Amino acid sequence: MTLNVSNLTVHHGAICAVNSVSLAVPTGKLAAIIGSNGAGKTTLLRTLSGLNKPTHGKISWMGESILGDKPENLVRKGISHVSEGKSVIPELTVKENLELGAIWRRNKKELSESLEQVVSIFPRLGERLVQRADTLSGGERQMLAIGRALMSRPQLLLLDEPSLGLAPLVVEQIFQTIRDLTTSMRLTVVLVEQNAMGALKIADLGIVLNLGKVVAVDHADALIANPAVRAAYLGY
Amino acid sequence: MQLLNTFLIGITAGSIYSLMAIAFVLVWRSTRVINFAQAGMALLSTYFGYEAVTRIGSFWLALPIAMLGGAIFAALVEIILMRLLVKHSSSGPIAAVAPIIATLGLLGLIRSLIAMNWGGQDLRILPPVSNTGFTVNGETLVFSPLKLLILITTLVLMALLTILFQRTNLGLSLRASAYAPEIARLSGIRVDLIRTLGWALAGAAGAVAGIFQTVNGNGNFSPDSIEFSLLLVSGFIAAVIGGLDSLLGAVIGGMFLGLTISFVLMYISGGLFFIAPFVILLAILFVRPQGIIGARAGRRA
Repeated sequence: MTLNVSNLTVHHGAICAVNSVSLAVPTGKLAAIIGSNGAGKTTLLRTLSGLNKPTHGKISWMGESILGDKPENLVRKGISHVSEGKSVIPELTVKENLELGAIWRRNKKELSESLEQVVSIFPRLGERLVQRADTLSGGERQMLAIGRALMSRPQLLLLDEPSLGLAPLVVEQIFQTIRDLTTSMRLTVVLVEQNAMGALKIADLGIVLNLGKVVAVDHADALIANPAVRAAYLGY
Repeated sequence: MQLLNTFLIGITAGSIYSLMAIAFVLVWRSTRVINFAQAGMALLSTYFGYEAVTRIGSFWLALPIAMLGGAIFAALVEIILMRLLVKHSSSGPIAAVAPIIATLGLLGLIRSLIAMNWGGQDLRILPPVSNTGFTVNGETLVFSPLKLLILITTLVLMALLTILFQRTNLGLSLRASAYAPEIARLSGIRVDLIRTLGWALAGAAGAVAGIFQTVNGNGNFSPDSIEFSLLLVSGFIAAVIGGLDSLLGAVIGGMFLGLTISFVLMYISGGLFFIAPFVILLAILFVRPQGIIGARAGRRA
């Protein structure tokens, strides 16, 4: 197991947002974490990338404990986080947003290679490199956010609600891209989603979170077929 | 000729205000604090410059030494004072204003320390070139070789700062950390370090502003120099005019302020010297509280 979380608890002041969560994601697999608003999905993801501090528990990545590590260090260990709400910097150009992802590597050759690769994945970004990010559409911004994360050449990609606020057709595209990237780049992906059906369709395994606790873990297909999950999260 | 003269005096003073405004903006962008101690830091840097001039004898070597001293001092203030303050006053009614009040306290502290070390009397830095105006067609202008040098030096420094911000990885880190600290951290940028660097750059800009303000006046300075109170107020007003968030705005704000004051003094009344900046500040706050450079557009620079 590449990513291992055990008994992780995170508080926001007095509120327990994540309550003794354990999960494991094998290398190259896409795990979808679903659940309703306030289930603790975002807090869990933010704790994995070091943005939130846990109360107790363990997180290990490739056999090494990363609990309490800062985000700026975790990037260097191959963990990239795309936070909720199209995490791009509107004031910067598309190219600058992308360069940001590779800035810690300080290697011009690697940077231009990564840039070429990301542009080949998202040709629309390539056409808009000199534009400011706030001129992009919602879908393009999400591509840019993912592109920025890919510029760090991550092994673990943490995605927080990439479908948020996007048109259904664009959502489908983004999900398909995430699936393709997982397979082609052998990424390990943790995808947090409100859009449970869309996420489970592309995921290898699914984790259902409710009020900060894991209530179901299974193969994504099995979760889709699970009557209780269907009724509570898939709406049919 | 009178018109050109007034214009040149205005942009010279304006370029000094711009430097001070840049210092305000750099600190505001990196830690969201209005640093009223900026004048104290500029004053201290001027003393550094004085020491360097006295020992080395060269104004143009003393200037970078004062900049370095100002930068180091500002960085230390950020590391020792600001970080602790932000950590320990994160909630409650005082949280929002505590750092600002602390900078006011620091301003007083720096002045006292200067008085303890150098005494309260006037010291003097001689300008590197003459401050006697150019003579054109037998008419002596106020605009002098010194003012020309001040103008050129500030423009060169601003060009360097622009290149730093727009063309280098460090500049990209500075901008990203100012706009979106969280995304910057997720991109691997050590935002704490970048914040300190923002303060250091502000300290260096303030040092130049302090020394130029001194030599552009009569060359005298003391812990209670009115010149530095004026520099504090003008820099702050220029930064507000520019929208507080934009380096380009700071330069435009500084030039606007310098020119307006220069024209008011020349064509309306010389007695308005201490009133004009405040009237301009109030007018700006009433008409365009977001500054002349609009809030969002201004964040580009």
